[in-house]
Amino acid sequence: MSKGFNWYHFSSPQTFYPLAGKMIPWFWALAALFGIAGLIVGFLIAPTDAQQGEGYRIIFLHVPASWMSMFIYLVMAFWAALGLAFNFRLSAMMAQALAPTGALFAFLSLWTGALWGKPMWGAWWVWDARLTSELILLFLYVGFIALQASIDDPRRADKAGAILALVGVVNVPIIYFSVKWWNTLHQGSTVNIAKSSMAKVMLVGMLLCALACWMYAIAVALMRVRKIVLERERHTEWVKAELAQEK
Amino acid sequence: MLNAVFSLIARDLRLGMRRQADIASVLFFFIIVVSLFPLGIGPEPDQLRRLAPGILWVAALLATMLSLPRLFADDHRDGTLEQLALSPQPLGLIVLGKVAAHWLVSGLPLTLLAPVLGLQFDLSSEALQALTLSLLIGTPALSGIGAIGAALTLGVRGGGVLLSLLILPLYIPVLIFGAGAVEATVTGVGAQAHLSLLGALTLAGVFFAPWPTAAALRIALE
Amino acid sequence: MYWNSLSDFLAMGTHGLYVWGSFIVMALVMILEPVLLVRGRKQLIDRLRRQLRAEKLDPAASREESH
Repeated sequence: MSKGFNWYHFSSPQTFYPLAGKMIPWFWALAALFGIAGLIVGFLIAPTDAQQGEGYRIIFLHVPASWMSMFIYLVMAFWAALGLAFNFRLSAMMAQALAPTGALFAFLSLWTGALWGKPMWGAWWVWDARLTSELILLFLYVGFIALQASIDDPRRADKAGAILALVGVVNVPIIYFSVKWWNTLHQGSTVNIAKSSMAKVMLVGMLLCALACWMYAIAVALMRVRKIVLERERHTEWVKAELAQEK
Repeated sequence: MLNAVFSLIARDLRLGMRRQADIASVLFFFIIVVSLFPLGIGPEPDQLRRLAPGILWVAALLATMLSLPRLFADDHRDGTLEQLALSPQPLGLIVLGKVAAHWLVSGLPLTLLAPVLGLQFDLSSEALQALTLSLLIGTPALSGIGAIGAALTLGVRGGGVLLSLLILPLYIPVLIFGAGAVEATVTGVGAQAHLSLLGALTLAGVFFAPWPTAAALRIALE
Repeated sequence: MYWNSLSDFLAMGTHGLYVWGSFIVMALVMILEPVLLVRGRKQLIDRLRRQLRAEKLDPAASREESH
C-alpha cells in the first residue's frame, strides 16, 4: 500500500472485503452504544409531552427511521451514479447493498407512523404529504430492487439500477411538492403535527436514536456488500483463497 | 437531422397502423376499466361526478402502461434498434421520435376518447373540456417518462409487470395535476394553475426523459 | 428517571399498545435483518465451496457454469 489515501486501492473488492470485515464489529458496537443511550434518554429520562401524552415517544423510533429511509436513498443514488460514471464495481455493489435496508426503514417509518397516527389523529393512515411521500419512496425502493433482481447480467443490472436511482432522485422532490400541493387542496385530511418547542432532552434522544440507526445501516450494508462481493467475484483467485481460509 | 426523426415517426406510425389490433386493445382496456367503476361504486350521479377525474386519469395511466412494453421491443427483436443506435443521429433524438410516435398512437386516441367516457359520469361540458385539455397536455409526459421504464426493462423477464412497478410511482405528479385540473373545474376554482404545472411537467418530461432512456437503451444493447 | 413503576412504564399512559407495537416491530426487523444476512452468508460460502470442489473434479463443468 502506498502512502496517502488511494481510492483505487480501496475501491478494489479484494482490498475492501477484509477491510469491511474488520469495520463491521465497530459499527455494530457504535450502533448498540447509541441505541441504548438513545432508548434510555427517550424512554426513561425524557418527560411526557404536554399535548400528546406518552404516545409521543414513538418519535424516537419513527423520526430516525424516516430520516434514514430518505438519507439511504440519496446515498444509494450517489454510489450508483459513481458506479455508472467511473465504472467502479464496488460502488455499484454498495448501491445494491443499501437498497433493502432503505426499503426496510421506509417500511418501519410507515409502520411506526401508523401506530403514532392512531392515538394522535384517530386514524391509522391519513393522506398527509409526508406519509404519502414515504409510501412512494417505498415504491421507488421496491422498483429498484425488483429491477436489479430481474436482470441476470450483474453489470447490466448495476447500470440499469443506477439510471433508475438517478431518475428517482430527480423525481423525489417533484413528487414531494406535487403531493404537498395536492394535500393543501384537499384540506379535509391535512394534519398538523403539534410543533411544540421540543425539549432539549427529547432532541438529544432523537439524535442518539438516529445515530444508532445510521451505524446500524452502515453495518448491515457492509455485511450485505461483502456477500455480494463474494458472489460476484467467486471465480477470482482471492475469493477461492478466502473460501479455503474461512471456517 | 430532424428529417431523420420525422421519417422515423412516419415509419413507426405505419407500423402502428399495420397493428391496429394493438391500438384497439389499449383503447378498449381504457373503456372497460372506466366502465367498471360505476358498477363497483354505484350509479349515483353526484358521486360519479366527483370520482370521474381520478378514475379517468388513473385508467389513462394504466392504458398507457399497457402499451409501453412494445415501445422498443419490436425494434429490439428485429435488430432495428441496434442500427438506430449506430446511426449518426443522437440516440436521444431518436428516442424523442419514438416517444412522439407512441403518443400519437396511444396518448392522442385516449385523449379523444376520454370526453365520450366522461359522459358516462355525467360531467359538465366545462369539465369535459378540462378533461380533454388536461389529457392532451399530460399524456405526452406519460409517453416520455414511460420510455425510461420501457428501455430499462427491455428484454428483461417479467418486463411488463416490472415496468409498471418502476413507472407508476413516477407518474404520480402527472396524475395529481391532471386529475386536479378537472376537479378544479368541477368545483369552480379554475384549472389554470393545474394546467400550467402539468404543461411544465410535460415539457420537462419530454425534454429530459430521452437522456436516461437513451442511456438505458445503450445498456440493453451491450 | 421519569417513571414511578414498571407497570406505568409498560402502560405508557394509555398508549402502551402503540408505543410497544412500534418498538417491538422495529426491534424485530433490526434483529432479523442481520441474522438473515449472517445465515445467507454461511449458505453462500457453503455453496461456493461446493462449486469449487466440483470445479476441481470436473473443470469442464465449471466453465459452463460461469458462462
